[in-house]
Order: sequence, then structure tokens, then C-alpha cells
Amino acid sequence: MAEKPDMHQALGETVGDIFVDNPKMSTRNTNVFYGEKQAIHNVSLDFGKNSVVALIGPSGCGKSTFLRCLNRMNDTIPICRVEGDLKLDDEDIYAKDMDPVLLRARVGMVFQKPNPFPKSIYDNVAYGARLHGLARTRAELDEIVVSSLQRAGLFEEVKDRLQSPGTGLSGGQQQRLCIARTIAVSPEVILMDEPASALDPIATAIIEELIDELRSKYTIAIVTHSMQQAARVSQRTAYFHMGRLVEVGETNQIFTNPQHELTENYITGRFG
Amino acid sequence: MSDLNLGDHISHRFNEELESIRSKVMTMGGLVEKQVQDGLTALIDNNRELAELVAASDVKVNGLEVEIDEECTRILAKRQPTASDLRLVVSIIKTITDLERIGDEAEKLGRYTLSLNDQGLRSRHYSQLQHLGDHVTRMLRDSLNSFAHMDAEAALHTIASDKKINAEFESISRNLITHMMEDPREIANALRVTWCARALERIGDHSKNICEYVVFFVKGKDVRHVTLNEAAESVDIDISGDAAEAIEDGDK
Repeated sequence: MAEKPDMHQALGETVGDIFVDNPKMSTRNTNVFYGEKQAIHNVSLDFGKNSVVALIGPSGCGKSTFLRCLNRMNDTIPICRVEGDLKLDDEDIYAKDMDPVLLRARVGMVFQKPNPFPKSIYDNVAYGARLHGLARTRAELDEIVVSSLQRAGLFEEVKDRLQSPGTGLSGGQQQRLCIARTIAVSPEVILMDEPASALDPIATAIIEELIDELRSKYTIAIVTHSMQQAARVSQRTAYFHMGRLVEVGETNQIFTNPQHELTENYITGRFG
Repeated sequence: MSDLNLGDHISHRFNEELESIRSKVMTMGGLVEKQVQDGLTALIDNNRELAELVAASDVKVNGLEVEIDEECTRILAKRQPTASDLRLVVSIIKTITDLERIGDEAEKLGRYTLSLNDQGLRSRHYSQLQHLGDHVTRMLRDSLNSFAHMDAEAALHTIASDKKINAEFESISRNLITHMMEDPREIANALRVTWCARALERIGDHSKNICEYVVFFVKGKDVRHVTLNEAAESVDIDISGDAAEAIEDGDK
């Protein structure tokens, strides 16, 4: 489009509003390196309360790397180095006194492939609560397990077999079990890395409906390869390209009238 | 200046599908334009044969409307277009409705000509109609051109010319009312001429709508129901000449 930024400007500053009022999480000038290679360049983005931000972009654009910075999952990769200000409620999440285990309880994560523990459905959900000592009595633990399964929309389907192995559930149910496990430790933010890409359309629709319900309680960031999914579940969309945040905006605007040519090319399926 | 960029999709079939609906809209536009011109000629020349042809000629246009509609529905279902692709499909769905209605108005010109002819009437107001008709056909042609090139600036200039057409229609109406008051025997004749003028004026309105869809496609901004000034400002286009006149009049 003629009035849109030139290609050589393509990888310059982010187009659109990176700020939100009263953010739950915020990142400023985030740079991520794998050894010598820089994977994320200067990304600044706010995550608002009770809203879903979708991170989209081609494979290798850095969206998952960026997502994993938000709960220090990249700490597990020795050659990975993260720079910049990353905050959860104004607390520096990379501060020396920040315990990554506690951080990950506050910023939970759901992965692409459902990864239930080889334990019973009950124990899968109870695991984090036990680890963090959230329940003093068995009754309290029961309450946490049941309410988490309910919020994940799984309870009705598994209530009669809570002691059966979690791995015996269908893919969609396993993913909801993982979501129940994540919310059992009362997180404030949930990160989702392609949570529905291994699921059929019905299971996907159930997960998407769930995301919309969870939004009332949590801040959610979701990485997805499905543009339609991003359009359906998110309020804001961020487009990544070659490690840079190219454009961010209201999802309604991004999918009808993106401002950056690279965004337009990607979401319309054109050669970039 | 063209803002069209249909050919770069990774899916060749999608490129073809978009190109197909676009070229069908152009075909439909061409048919409708011819229909309007013929309708006008039949009226002015009192050409019964041509009028009959026009009165029965919208079968093709209607067929195309249905065909394009179906293709658009299929594209929405199968491709889930986004951004400019989505705006193109939406603009086309709306454009063909207006084109079909322009066809209906042209058909009316044919029918009014026949009924005037049946009664052996020949109006002395035809020259005024000729003038209005010329303006309207030019506006229709301009709007189809702005669609063909997806040129938002040309579209805005064309929108501005609707003001003149409306003024001309008002003036013809006043004129005819005067004639009706002066000579009540003229009423039947004058009414038919009014209806013809009305049909032409409506064609101007539909052409304006098409231009608004062009602006929506190119700029992603909805410029319906705002003043021309507001429209030009919202899409950051400088319009001068014809357009400026209309702005002064606060045209909607």
C-alpha cells in the first residue's frame, strides 16, 4: 500500500501503541541472545490486565523466545542471555532476589503439546499446589483441584475418574488438564505457546472459549500460528518479524487495516 | 495510481479467485454503463426499439450479481481473507449491489420511454435530461474507473460531483413543477420526465456509494455518512477543484 512504511523501514521502530494503561506486565528494550546470535531486538510491549495479547509471526521470528522471557523459561538454556526491563507489577522479574520458581507460579505457562505428568488427573492438578504449599488440609487441596478443573472446563468430563492417569485423556482434555494444572497455583499471568495447534477443531474451539473465560481473571499472552485463532481470542495482536516487534495494535484493527506492509503481507498470506 | 496488489499470495488459486471476482465486477460495470447509456439514448431519441432492449437487458447483470456473490461467499468460507483482501471482498459484495440497482434504474429509463412513446408524447424537457444524463454517465464512468484502478483520490473527486447532479435534479424538478402548474394537461408527461430525472439522480447516488467502497478498500476508512471534507481529512487526501466547491456547500 502506498501510504504504508517502506520496506527499508521495515525493521525499524514498532508501529502502533505498545502501551496500555495500568499494565500487568511490561517489557522495555528487551534483547535476547543465544550465544552470539541476537534473537530479539529491542522489543517493548505492555500486557494489560484481563486481556489477551496474541503474538504472531513466521517461524523463527522470536515470538516464542519473547514469550519465554516473560517467566524466565529461557533461564533453562545456558547460552541464552536476556537484557532489558521486564516487569511484573513493577517488580523486575530478572532481579537477583526474584526466585524463578515463584515467578513461574505467578506467570504460568501452557505448552504446544499437552504434557501431563505420568500421574493421576488429581495429582497432576494438585502437584503445583503441593509444591508451593497452597493447601494445609486434604479438603483444601480437594477444593483447589475441583475448582481448577471446573475453571478449565474439564471437571464434568473427569469427575468420576480423578484417580485415572492424566495421560489416558484425549489430546484436548490433556491440554485442558494442563491449563487446570497451571491455574491451580493461582497465577496472575498465563503464557500459552500454541496451546491448540495439536488439537482438532472442536477441542480448539473449547480451548478458545476457555481462554475467553480465563481472561476475566488473568492476563494472557498467547503465541499462535493460526491467524484466525489470534483474531478470535485476542484483544491486542503483536506481529513479530526477524526478532523485532513490527506492529502492535487492537486485534480488530490489525486484521482489517494493518499499518505495516510486513504485517499485511503476513496475515494475508503474501510473499513478504 | 493503482493500489491493487492481488497477485502476491503464496496460494496461486487465491490470486486467481480474487482476480476472477474483480474482473467480473468490471464486466458487470461495463454492462451497466452500456445499459445506462442506451437507456438515456432511447429516452432522448424516443427510440422504441432500444428502449425495449434496455427494459429487458438486466438479466445478464442480475446473473453476474448472483455469480459474484457466490464466489465471494466461497472465498470468505475457504480463505478467511484478512486486511486488504477482506476489504476487497467486502467492497465487491457492496459494489455489485449498487451496480445491480443502477441496472434497475436504467431499466426504468427504458420502461418510461416506452410508456411515453405509447402515448405519443414527446417532452420538451429532454434537453435538460440530456444534460443531467451526461453528467450521470460521466460520474458512473469515473466511479468505475476509480474502482478499476482502486484510486481513492479519484474516488473522492467523483464523490464530490454528486452534489452537482443533485442540484441539477432539483432544478429540473422545480422547472417541471412550474410547467405542471401552468398547464395541467402536461402533468402526466411531466411526471414521467420527473421519474426519469429521478432515476438518473439515483444512478449518481449509487456511483457515489461505489466510490465510497473504493476509499474503504484503499484506505481502510469508512467514509459513508460524513461530509466530503471529513472524508478527505480522515484519509489524508487533498482534494481541490470540483471537490472544494462541494466542500463549501457542506455536501454530505
